[in-house]
Amino acid sequence: MSEKVLMKGNEAIAEAAILAGCRHYFGYPITPQTEIAAYMAKRMPKIGGTFLQAESEIAAINMVYGVASAGKRVMTSSSSPGISLKGEGISYLAGTDLPAVIVNAQRGGPGLGGIQPSQSDYFQATRGGGHGDYHIIVLAPSSVQEMAQLTIKAFELADEYLMPAMILADGTTGQMMEPVSFDFEIKEPPAKPWATTGTKGERRHNIANSLYLDPEKLERINNERFARYEIIKEKEQLAEEYLTEDAEIVVTGFGIAARIARNAVDEARAQGIKAGLIRPITLWPFPDKVYKKALKTAKRFISVELSMGQMIEDVKLATECKVPVSLCYRVGGMIPTPAQVLEAIKQAAKEVK
Amino acid sequence: MHFKRVTLLAGHYGSGKTNIAVNLAEELRKQAENVAIADLDIVNPYYRTLDSKDRLAHAGIRMIVSKFANSNVDIPAMPQDMYAVVDDRSLHCIVDVGGDDRGALALGRLSPGLREEAAYDMWLVANRFRPLTRTADEVLEVMREIETACGLRFTGIINNSNLGAETTAQTVLSSVDFGRECSRVTGLPLVMTTVEASLAEELAGKVPNLFPLTLQKRPVE
Repeated sequence: MSEKVLMKGNEAIAEAAILAGCRHYFGYPITPQTEIAAYMAKRMPKIGGTFLQAESEIAAINMVYGVASAGKRVMTSSSSPGISLKGEGISYLAGTDLPAVIVNAQRGGPGLGGIQPSQSDYFQATRGGGHGDYHIIVLAPSSVQEMAQLTIKAFELADEYLMPAMILADGTTGQMMEPVSFDFEIKEPPAKPWATTGTKGERRHNIANSLYLDPEKLERINNERFARYEIIKEKEQLAEEYLTEDAEIVVTGFGIAARIARNAVDEARAQGIKAGLIRPITLWPFPDKVYKKALKTAKRFISVELSMGQMIEDVKLATECKVPVSLCYRVGGMIPTPAQVLEAIKQAAKEVK
Repeated sequence: MHFKRVTLLAGHYGSGKTNIAVNLAEELRKQAENVAIADLDIVNPYYRTLDSKDRLAHAGIRMIVSKFANSNVDIPAMPQDMYAVVDDRSLHCIVDVGGDDRGALALGRLSPGLREEAAYDMWLVANRFRPLTRTADEVLEVMREIETACGLRFTGIINNSNLGAETTAQTVLSSVDFGRECSRVTGLPLVMTTVEASLAEELAGKVPNLFPLTLQKRPVE
């Protein structure tokens, strides 16, 4: 087993991408994810890869589009306002059915907002983010180890389902340092016979394109894509369940919010409250199966978010509003405390008595 | 422990400079009245000396820090009173320099004054569990880049090898050779081996120049 190293979440993402065979990274600096670009700038030249600081986020995502068309593993990263700029390019990637990995280390918004952590790009990520009918795969790490692990998974899922995949992190998970092990088994990327790598006069040319002149064909392509999304929803849901078997109060949150919520759940259990935690790891597809399962004992759900309440809508959809769902939140770069979540749990426990 | 009037801490980013700076400032305060900690980090807006504001105030240590540190203002602003580090020779200073050569660039503004007075130490903080400083040769590379950026020479090495919350006595022991090798390759003395305070007793006598650290609080456990 190789020795653990102490890394920032952002660095772990960069190293894991390299391990997954990503040799092309295009970015533009923005706090709090700049370490990804800085790490790539140091590492890529040493391993024969390409690091390029583009002239803007829009340029970077279109460079990603180019490399993805050529069938190579490629990544870009940014933070909230920069991801908005990439929106058009992400839509083009989805409309062309191209695999690519995009990292969003979220910061407070809207607008220029702030540089402190946030989860307020949940809607943007899980609903696609750009124009048109589409989804991207969204993975939400809550530790530095998971930053590495899910980055590799993002490349694999993107290649398997031919679509963009996003790591939805935040300023805290990007900046914090934890030990991480890189003992991963890396699967060979699948063959990409559709890649635009030159015909060498031996085959018909491949086309990477999201423009359809015939509306009937565009409708068919959309329907086919959504049929593929149904398979992903069925097969790829991921969530961590913690003390949910008998939980009456089910706290739920992703990423950094889940770490805080977990401390509160432990404290609530110590005080005799049957509390549990659901931590979605895939935000799209949303892991609705574990929420339906939790309904067997759950009398209240509490969604802990660093937003004004976005994931709470998916929790309500997953539970079909069969029991009340409340929100426990901070915004603007502020982080909820375990004490705040514990108060919300105690309040909910009082209501169900 | 002997301090010159100014002690500069530089190194790879994430190597532990800020935690060490806060602890050294407290140590220095035991020896001198007029003590300041100067935060010259213009690169990283997270995890700053300001996180220890109350602790430093309690110890009677002046903070020379950008008024935009830990705020939402994402600009590389220097503290307005940063020249106190060179201008006020009655002041004893620990300076927390930003990470890598990019972070050390700002220190260049103070270099002429520091060189002229010649009353400073600059210590390189290294953690062999950080990905880009795994070996003494990599540490040497970072060291040369920083020296070129700030125009000052290092005078010592601090071995701060750790694995965060997973650090054990064994982790630290396994880094003793690394510390020694860094010293040999750079030709600089190993000033200290830093370790989280709870491990200090177990490591006493087994590690050269052991210095226990009380770590800053983390925003999320």
